[in-house]
Amino acid sequence: MIENGWNQFEIGSVLRPFSGEVSDVSVIQPEDRLYSASNSFSVSVADWRIEKPLFKKELCIDCQFCWIYCPDMSIISRDKKMIGVDYDHCKGCGICVQVCPTTPKALLMFPEQADEEIELAQWPKKETQETKEN
Amino acid sequence: MSQVKTKNLKNFSTSADRFEGSNLLCPGCAHSIIVREVLNATNDHLILGASTGCLEVCTAVYPHTSWDVSWIHIGFENGSSAIAGAEAMHKALKNKGRLKQPDLTPKFVTFGGDGATYDIGFQWISGCFERGHNMMYVCLDNEVYANTGGQRSSSTPIGASASTTPAGRISYGEKRNKKDIMAIMAAHGAPYVAQVAPNKWRDMVAKVQKGFSIEGPVFINAMSACTTEWKFAPEDTIAISDLATESLVFPLYEIIDGTKLNITYRPKNVLPVRDYLGAQGRFKHLFTKQYEYIIDEWQSRVDAKWEYLQRREDACV
Ligand SMILES: Cc1ncc(C[n+]2csc(CCOP(=O)(O)OP(=O)(O)O)c2C)c(N)n1
Ligand code: SF4
Ligand code: SF4
Ligand code: SF4
Ligand SMILES: [Mg+2]
Repeated sequence: MIENGWNQFEIGSVLRPFSGEVSDVSVIQPEDRLYSASNSFSVSVADWRIEKPLFKKELCIDCQFCWIYCPDMSIISRDKKMIGVDYDHCKGCGICVQVCPTTPKALLMFPEQADEEIELAQWPKKETQETKEN
Repeated sequence: MSQVKTKNLKNFSTSADRFEGSNLLCPGCAHSIIVREVLNATNDHLILGASTGCLEVCTAVYPHTSWDVSWIHIGFENGSSAIAGAEAMHKALKNKGRLKQPDLTPKFVTFGGDGATYDIGFQWISGCFERGHNMMYVCLDNEVYANTGGQRSSSTPIGASASTTPAGRISYGEKRNKKDIMAIMAAHGAPYVAQVAPNKWRDMVAKVQKGFSIEGPVFINAMSACTTEWKFAPEDTIAISDLATESLVFPLYEIIDGTKLNITYRPKNVLPVRDYLGAQGRFKHLFTKQYEYIIDEWQSRVDAKWEYLQRREDACV
């Protein structure tokens, strides 16, 4: 159906988010789901970003503020731990950085083309950051 | 009903999203944060509806869908009756013994903007609540017709500059007060009516779960800070929402069975309304000699409303 244009699809046809049978998505994480080509998950919005968040694991206290407030389901948390950013779906809004409470922050924004390894190596040290109340 | 563990955020973060990324909502859009907090509050099957507006337009762009569950959109005005129809059909099939899985307790939820709720879809919502469908209506209240370029709605507050009430030399913007949709929905005798804000996630998720556990129509008015129309930077969505709840511009409360009112959040240090207004471009013209009195009037209105809510709560009516 996805190969048809919007004016070709049949009345009553259904866009299916998954290919094949899906028992209960409420307990299946994205990595174990069979997404169909018509799920927006299959598309990337990485090119919307001017800036990207980078994540410094050692500073993270797993508070999950970034997870709850990310509007784009792009903070990956598994087993109560924040494990990284989903750069296919992150739009670079910067909310996760704003709500991160640690000093220095475990998430910071950088230009999209910045080199992750270099930025992680020169991450700000304690004195230079202020704690954000939340 | 299967309740998601929400004792703390760590527990809640183990829930699996049923709303997907690469939708076309603006970076930093609060609609999406609200949707996640509603959907992740339950593990039950979900049957969702939407009225036309940013959420609908940005999450169902042919040939893509951002919804992992059943989802229907018909028109601007009838997100409510679309989901009420689905709920009525489910009930009828159950009564006739024609459901394949009769033990499931799917939740029927629909989303509409303030334009769809306060104005254009109001008659349909009123009908659904009067008929008493077992459904939840969530208003994504960004106080403007965002999807069509920022026209004022009856939710737009006094002093906001909107595209049809622009501020300038002879006008301070919107002149009519925001409609009290909470009182109107409570007057329907609905078993549960609540006002929520996504920055207060625990309060919001608790209210959504309470709503899911109640039989009958539930109305949730969710403040949705709009980076584009309120004119603030996308990373500030939560900070602006905090200003709204801490200044009591957007008080958090619930009304049970049409009458009993409970305040569910009391800020420790109430911030001046001025702080909230000053953080958004839509109010920037108020910070001039000519229009500054609007800010003072606004503070008086917020104080009076808070006083009223507290009296209602004390009187248990
Ligand atoms: C009957 C009808 N009138 C007008 C429109 C055009 N329209 C589409 S979305 C929209 C604005 C929606 O505003 P709101 O409900 O507040 O949702 P938001 O986009 O702000 O989330 C309008 C006016 C329409 N689709 N149908
Ligand atoms: S920048 Fe925005 S979209 Fe990207 S991970 Fe952070 S909160 Fe999510
Ligand atoms: S907000 Fe910061 S500290 Fe909290 S989980 Fe996210 S990265 Fe870790
Ligand atoms: S205009 Fe506002 S409500 Fe609409 S998608 Fe953008 S931020 Fe969200
Ligand atoms: Mg709106």
